[in-house]
Amino acid sequence: MSTLIIIKIIIILVIFAITLFIAMYSTYAERKIAAVMQDRIGPNRAGPWGILQPLADGGKMFFKEDFIPAFANKKLFIIAPGIAMFTALMTSAIIPWGGSITIWGQTFDLQVADVDIGILYILGVVSIGVYGIMIGGWASNNKYSLFGAVRSSSQMISYELAMGLSILAVIMTTGSLSLKDIVEAQDGGKWNVFYQPLACLLFIVCAFAECNRAPFDLAECESELIGGYHTEYGSMKLGFFLFAEYINMFISSAIISTLFFGGYNFPFMHDLGLSSNALTIVGTLVFFAKICFFIFFFMWVRWTLPRFRYDQLMHLGWKTLIPLAVFNLMLTGGIMLLRDLF
Amino acid sequence: MGSSALIMLLVCGIGFAGAGIVISFILAKTSKNALKGEPYECGIETTGTSWIQFNVGYYLFALIFLIFDVELVFMYPWAVAAKQIGIVALIEIIFFMFVLFLGLLYAWKKGALEWK
Repeated sequence: MSTLIIIKIIIILVIFAITLFIAMYSTYAERKIAAVMQDRIGPNRAGPWGILQPLADGGKMFFKEDFIPAFANKKLFIIAPGIAMFTALMTSAIIPWGGSITIWGQTFDLQVADVDIGILYILGVVSIGVYGIMIGGWASNNKYSLFGAVRSSSQMISYELAMGLSILAVIMTTGSLSLKDIVEAQDGGKWNVFYQPLACLLFIVCAFAECNRAPFDLAECESELIGGYHTEYGSMKLGFFLFAEYINMFISSAIISTLFFGGYNFPFMHDLGLSSNALTIVGTLVFFAKICFFIFFFMWVRWTLPRFRYDQLMHLGWKTLIPLAVFNLMLTGGIMLLRDLF
Repeated sequence: MGSSALIMLLVCGIGFAGAGIVISFILAKTSKNALKGEPYECGIETTGTSWIQFNVGYYLFALIFLIFDVELVFMYPWAVAAKQIGIVALIEIIFFMFVLFLGLLYAWKKGALEWK
């Protein structure tokens, strides 16, 4: 029992470290990819190819003046970035990073917690994330911040509905809320994207909106709202808001791969003749490759599509995505019924 | 085992978020200045407080969201058991979704989804 707890703690710390590392290097990747797409060089001063840039940025954030505006609500102003960061970190708990590994006769899963409610937990924690932005924007006592915060909350709750509805279709076909079960059900190349293409598309669009990423980055559209909800923020508090955004992007990519692209499964994985431990390790690497692809996809879209106008955003969410998601749900139900009957 | 691991992660998460803010508070020096404390509004002097009533449209969307989100949660237990409980439950849930969709159509028709 005690070894199991030690292993759990090690898994938690490793996942923490990997999450932070990938989030850090996403900032570097974003700047490099932006540079490539715009035919620039990008960061190249800190270390070879600018590879130490994220460390330099992080260090700078710590030493910047810890500034609180005179008219702000002090307590809430300090708590808000903490909430954003904390909720971003908590979502990593139920993602199955790989199969199970056996060491010294002990078998354990590469997952912090396989809770029964699974995907509902993620929807719940993501909803708490709205508070970080809303509290931060409100407590700043700045009109731009308030606008950014209100827009962002409104956008996040609007797209959460379509997101929940698109996940429902996957849950119907799998019959479980646990992400582990959803991945296991996609074993052998039966990825959900082939069976639920519409749900996949809807989910990816909603994930973009939930992460406040372009083309849905109305919460902080620079040309209209300066910095949006974090206009008044500086030092590590600003760092946490930005960092939370990148962690959310990483987790969203992980959830997209888990729900629709087979998670740690890959085609012909049982024909390779690998031992179960080796298969788990290869599967985890494949999973991370998929995640990296989706992170790249997030950045690719950012530098390809222009930003929506606010009314377009609301119309897309309520008048297109939700009806489509309901339609997809009915379609899935109908097909399941027909397969039962015949 | 699941919940204990979650609690461990909760402690780690709060610890990390708290430590970052505290460390930057200790490391960075601060200076006070009356002008510096003003809200940033592109250099123009601010007029009035920012804690004002905002557009009623946001409240409308929040209300509609609340209704739909609660009904969405009702559908999750059905979706998990959809394979086992079969045709009767499916027809019932289609009625449920139909009523839900009527609600959306009503809000649509009333112009609650129009952004002004």
